[in-house]
Amino acid sequence: MAIALVLVLVVIGSVLFHVLSPWWWTPIASNWGYIDSTLVVTFWITGAVFSAVVLFMAYCVYRFRHKEGQKAAYEPESRKLESWLTLITAVGVAAMLAPGLYVWKQFVTVPKDATEVEVVAQQWQWSFRLPGADGKLGTSNARLINSDNPLGINPEDPNGQDDVVVEAADLHLPIDKPVKMLLRSIDVLHDFYVPEFRAKMDMVPGMVTYFWFTPTRTGTFEVLCAELCGTGHGFMRGIVMVDTAQDYTTWLQQQSTFAQLTGPAKVGALVEKAKAAAKLE
Amino acid sequence: MVDVTPHGADLIPPAEVGEMDLYHPHSWWTKYVFSQDAKVIAIQYSGTAMAIGLVALVLSWLMRLQLGFPGTFDFITPEAYYQFMTMHGMIMVIYLLTALFLGGFGNYLIPLMVGARDMVFPYVNMLSYWIYLLAVLVLVSSFFAPGGPTGAGWTLYPPQAITSGTPGGQDWGIILMLVSLILFIIGFTMGGLNYVVTVLQARTRGMTLMRMPLTVWGIFTATVMALLAFPALFVACVMMLFDRIIGSSFFMPAIVEMGEQSPHNGGSPIMFQHLFWFFGHPEVYIVALPAFGIVSDLISTHARKNIFGYRMMVWAIVGIGALSFVVWAHHMYVSGMHPYFGFFFATTTLIIAVPTAIKVYNWVLTLWRGDIHLTLPMLFALAFIVTFVNGGLTGLFLGNVVVDVPLSDTMFVVAHFHMVMGVAPIMVVFGAIYHWYPKITGRMLNEAMGRFHFWVTFVGAYLIFFPMHYVGLVGVPRRYPELGDTAFIPPSVHTLNEFITIAALTVGFAQMVFLFNLFWSLRNGKDAGDNPWRATSLEWQTAGTPPPHGNFGKELPVVYRWAYDYSVPGAPEDFIPQNDPRPMTQGGPA
Repeated sequence: MAIALVLVLVVIGSVLFHVLSPWWWTPIASNWGYIDSTLVVTFWITGAVFSAVVLFMAYCVYRFRHKEGQKAAYEPESRKLESWLTLITAVGVAAMLAPGLYVWKQFVTVPKDATEVEVVAQQWQWSFRLPGADGKLGTSNARLINSDNPLGINPEDPNGQDDVVVEAADLHLPIDKPVKMLLRSIDVLHDFYVPEFRAKMDMVPGMVTYFWFTPTRTGTFEVLCAELCGTGHGFMRGIVMVDTAQDYTTWLQQQSTFAQLTGPAKVGALVEKAKAAAKLE
Repeated sequence: MVDVTPHGADLIPPAEVGEMDLYHPHSWWTKYVFSQDAKVIAIQYSGTAMAIGLVALVLSWLMRLQLGFPGTFDFITPEAYYQFMTMHGMIMVIYLLTALFLGGFGNYLIPLMVGARDMVFPYVNMLSYWIYLLAVLVLVSSFFAPGGPTGAGWTLYPPQAITSGTPGGQDWGIILMLVSLILFIIGFTMGGLNYVVTVLQARTRGMTLMRMPLTVWGIFTATVMALLAFPALFVACVMMLFDRIIGSSFFMPAIVEMGEQSPHNGGSPIMFQHLFWFFGHPEVYIVALPAFGIVSDLISTHARKNIFGYRMMVWAIVGIGALSFVVWAHHMYVSGMHPYFGFFFATTTLIIAVPTAIKVYNWVLTLWRGDIHLTLPMLFALAFIVTFVNGGLTGLFLGNVVVDVPLSDTMFVVAHFHMVMGVAPIMVVFGAIYHWYPKITGRMLNEAMGRFHFWVTFVGAYLIFFPMHYVGLVGVPRRYPELGDTAFIPPSVHTLNEFITIAALTVGFAQMVFLFNLFWSLRNGKDAGDNPWRATSLEWQTAGTPPPHGNFGKELPVVYRWAYDYSVPGAPEDFIPQNDPRPMTQGGPA
């Protein structure tokens, strides 16, 4: 008998916990409000199913628990009931999947006017690269990485010379401008994760992954690594600051380009190293 | 219509098997140690699985102590935390749950339930156990190897699994892990072939496939899946071993490791993930399907009612098994694979919810108008439904690609998979042990200890994992030994973490009571008799309890009906054993 009561309490407790507990997602700071809406729809549908199933069980246990002389019904199957339940389930699943796929389509379609920003992860820090005045990022290669060229930017690529390099420091982004985050790792898997932006993506050495979003709120946001990357994983933090257009311009002017950081003499040496590395491969 | 209770079936003479066909063991060693009797092998598998499972349980306490009270325990460094986490996950999924459901329950129940004398290849079956034991010993040895066990996470994703920034990556840890997995798969294949061939070839007369108890259907389908899925893990392990030992580059691209250029070039880390999850997702159902099957039989027996929609239940098991091979990349939505895969895998993943939901409906509809005996197996079966429905529904969040994006790699995922493939199947394991222990030992488990164990485990496990979803919803990532000062994480989350830790330790303590009960009842349990639950399936109709070698004495049983003739109208008792030849003139789904 206690079990029927506990089953009812499980439902009531779970629903109350959901409604009353202080633990909910962080206030959103990106355009992905649709993701939050889909999540809320999913909560309602699944919550209703969970409550219905468990309450039905509680009723069965209360109503049909063994008593002296009781006998169970003999009812092997009911095609009608089973078909109806299958149909209703399929409709419920479609009601969650359809908006999910619709939003996913947006998630994977990067707007044409999105600015590219590169994030480079390594154990256990974040660096960033912004395209310079030409709006293009230069090519890069892990084989080119050394202490003078920590991001492995190709010194022979003219597009890379004016790239803004932000090594192990904060990233700034202008508000309300769509941005395509190009994600690169130079050692193991990482994942660029800012809870307030909702979007995240793994960073895989040997390839460039991406996601896009539009920051919608100024402020300071913490970057965490969300893919296990060794013993420092839990401590791999960074900062993204979403600025007004004016503040962003001020910040950008204080940054150095690849050419400024390396200087003409060093670029020559880097080109030599790049050629040597190319021969190795 | 349903071919479950043919009326007026003629009496068929039972097959007799001469004594010479049964190679009875002649010494203590061949009877109890190097035994070829599936029942002994089952107990060996189960004992070993539970022993290593105990290690995993202790590791989970250490993790929870760290998460609840970070900074209090100096010996739990980040390295140690990752090692505990990795070994806990791998042990629970592979060495405990897979081994227990297939090697343990599979070995014990398949021959008995289909009316066979033993597995068809008893010698290979014995080898299967000893290779499994070797795999466990290799795994345990990594705790004592230089550098300790691997801390790569149970998913072992390269490159970090074999690089120096990960515990055991450049030491012995990862090598021993991979070797142990390879051994496990070899051992499992030997056992798995046995289970499949026994079900297909060694069923007794009258035991058609559509009369088999759902327990056998669940274990059979899971075994077929495991035979198809484990090879993917096998090749992934071999390739990673090559990458680690001889410097090949299957999964290793050109990287810069701690400032040094690595010798690797051109490998694909994502290819490992595809291979891993091509195994790893079916693996979820390799654990779940035996649980589905077993719980169906527990509910039917203890509600004294036929399982509702038997044929639908069989097809749902087979359908889930097949579908589970085309959903693997839902573990990889944010892995960096081509984003258009998301459309396909989200669709297949949500489709699999339909047959799964049908199973849930049929379980609860079996309770409807039943005669529910609230025995320990029934209580655990109810707990299974609650936790499985809960965990299954949160799967709809994570399977629906765009909803997964904010939740992936957070504690929400940890809560989800613990609920659905940790707590829920383990509820079935407990229910099954309370149900079949009387057959295995001849004695009942102590009821009072059992009830204490049930309440603490069910309520406690729910209190651990339900709130944990909300920790993930806040945004707390998984695999963090401590949260530090993180602006978006309010102090209340730390309080909640303390609560979860205390609940986890309490649930852990209740398992000690369960283990004590297993030993205590061996001597002190009530005498069980041959069929204490008045059940229909063949394992309860053996000549003696525990069943002797050869299971059924001189004559194999002949099967006349399905396994669910409970409360048949007009029958003198509320159950009719499968080998009862009396035609029942009334009722029955003709």
